This record gives sequence, structure tokens and C-alpha cells, in this order.
Amino acid sequence: MEIGLNHYLVLSTILFAIGLAGVIKRKNLLLLFFATEILLNSVNIAFAAISHYYGDLTGQMFAFFIIAIAASEVAVGLGLLIVWYKRHGNIDLETMKSMRG
Amino acid sequence: MFEAVAFYLFAFLTIAMFFITVTTSQALYALTALAAGMIFISAFFFILGADFLGVIQIIVYTGAVMALYAFGMMFFDTTRKVKEKRGNRYIIVGLSTLTAVLIVVIFAAPMVSKNIVALYPVIEDAGNIQLVGVILFTKYLIPFEVAAIMLLVAMVAGIVLAGKKMDISLTLMSSEEIKKEENKKVLS
Repeated sequence: MEIGLNHYLVLSTILFAIGLAGVIKRKNLLLLFFATEILLNSVNIAFAAISHYYGDLTGQMFAFFIIAIAASEVAVGLGLLIVWYKRHGNIDLETMKSMRG
Repeated sequence: MFEAVAFYLFAFLTIAMFFITVTTSQALYALTALAAGMIFISAFFFILGADFLGVIQIIVYTGAVMALYAFGMMFFDTTRKVKEKRGNRYIIVGLSTLTAVLIVVIFAAPMVSKNIVALYPVIEDAGNIQLVGVILFTKYLIPFEVAAIMLLVAMVAGIVLAGKKMDISLTLMSSEEIKKEENKKVLS
């Protein structure tokens, strides 16, 4: 049984759907960050698979940059979460109403 | 044959782990399942011949990002159960599936139209890490440097946000005290 590009794209779809459901469902901001990590990883799988099946390394390059962006996003986001938690004592999305969103 | 077995095994494990991550109500379980899922994803990169990407996945995600999350969780009250939004389940599942299929269509459209040309084709008898080095430091040198500056900015931002006023507790102070502190010196 041969594993083709479609297998990897289907897997990427499933993981992306799981991550997106998590983003919609979660109220706690820390767990919402976890769901965004799932989104980024599922796209990385698609990039690596296309890079392999088309013999082109551009996909892997973009996966590297996505990993770098994810790392800096976590650093800044976690710093902001810590400041918010120091001020308000929780990190629920429902309590963040200062902008009347 | 082994490739198929490995693919299905790791696909099942990854989906199970990420499913636990988004459904569990304990933050610690979510963190552990996410770390396991990251490790399993690196297995796909090894299967696909992207060795360097797999190693980076383990080092950066499971080593750095997960350690950062574990460090951040020390600040938060993670022992209590996480409250959830009470939304319509069908809307959530339908919307996320629709968007995921849309992403795949975006990826697959150039392939269907046969519009993909290998810009930087794989050179024979050169390892993956060699190729990555060659392409990263010739064609993608400027994005690489910009990414380095971005990581530096993120590091400075993380230190400034998390490290300021470590000696006083903002949750235990009243608003007047915080105001006083702000007037004395600019607070974060």
C-alpha cells in the first residue's frame, strides 16, 4: 500500500479541524494557545509532504520560518498573559471586556 | 509497507493526542498531550525525509515551547477545572471542518492545475541537512536574518513583559497602590 500526498493532506485537514474546533471552543487563553500550536503544526505537515513529493525544498524552508514565528509568538503571548494574570487574577476570555468587544 | 504502518500508527497517535489536548478540562493533561503530539509529528518529518525539520521540531517545540508553557503554567492557577464555552456543537464542528477543507483546497489548487515547478530541486547525493544549509544561506538568507531579528525582539518583549516588577504582586495590591506605583515609575 503506497502512502501518497493525499494521505498527508487528509491528515493535515483532520489536525487543522481539531485545532480550529479547539480555538472556537476554548475559553481559557492558555488552552487557546495550545490549539493555535496544533494549527501551525498541521500546516507544517502539509508543507513537508508537498516538499517531499515534489522534490522541492521550499516547503521545508517555510516550515522552518513557521516554527520560528510560533516560538516568538509563544514568548510574547505568554508574557502578556502573565501581565494580565498579575493584574486580574484569571486568564478567561470572558473577563477581557475592557474594549467592549 | 513499513512506511504505511508507520504513517497510520503515528497518524492515529497524533490525532488522539491533539484530540485530548482540545477536549480535556485539565490544563496539565492538555500540556502533556500536546508535547506528545509534537514528538509524534516529528516522526512524519523523518518519514518524509526532512531530517533537519524533524530534529528542529523536537528541539524547538518539545524542548523550548513546551518548557516555556510549563514555566508559564506555574504562574496560573491550573489545578482547578477549566470552564468551557457552551456553544452549539454542530456549528463548531461544521465551521472548523469547512475551514480545514478550504485550507486543503488552497494547497491543492496549484497541484491540480499542474502549476507547481520545483524552484530549488533536490540535488542527488547530498543529504537533507546539506541541502537545507545550501538553500537557507543562499536563497533564503534575508528571511533567515529577519527571523533572527524577530526572535530577538520576541525575547526582549518576553523579558520586559514577564520580568518587570517581579518583586511586587499586582494581584495583591489595590488599584490605588498600582496607580501610585505607576506614577512613581512607568509600570510595564
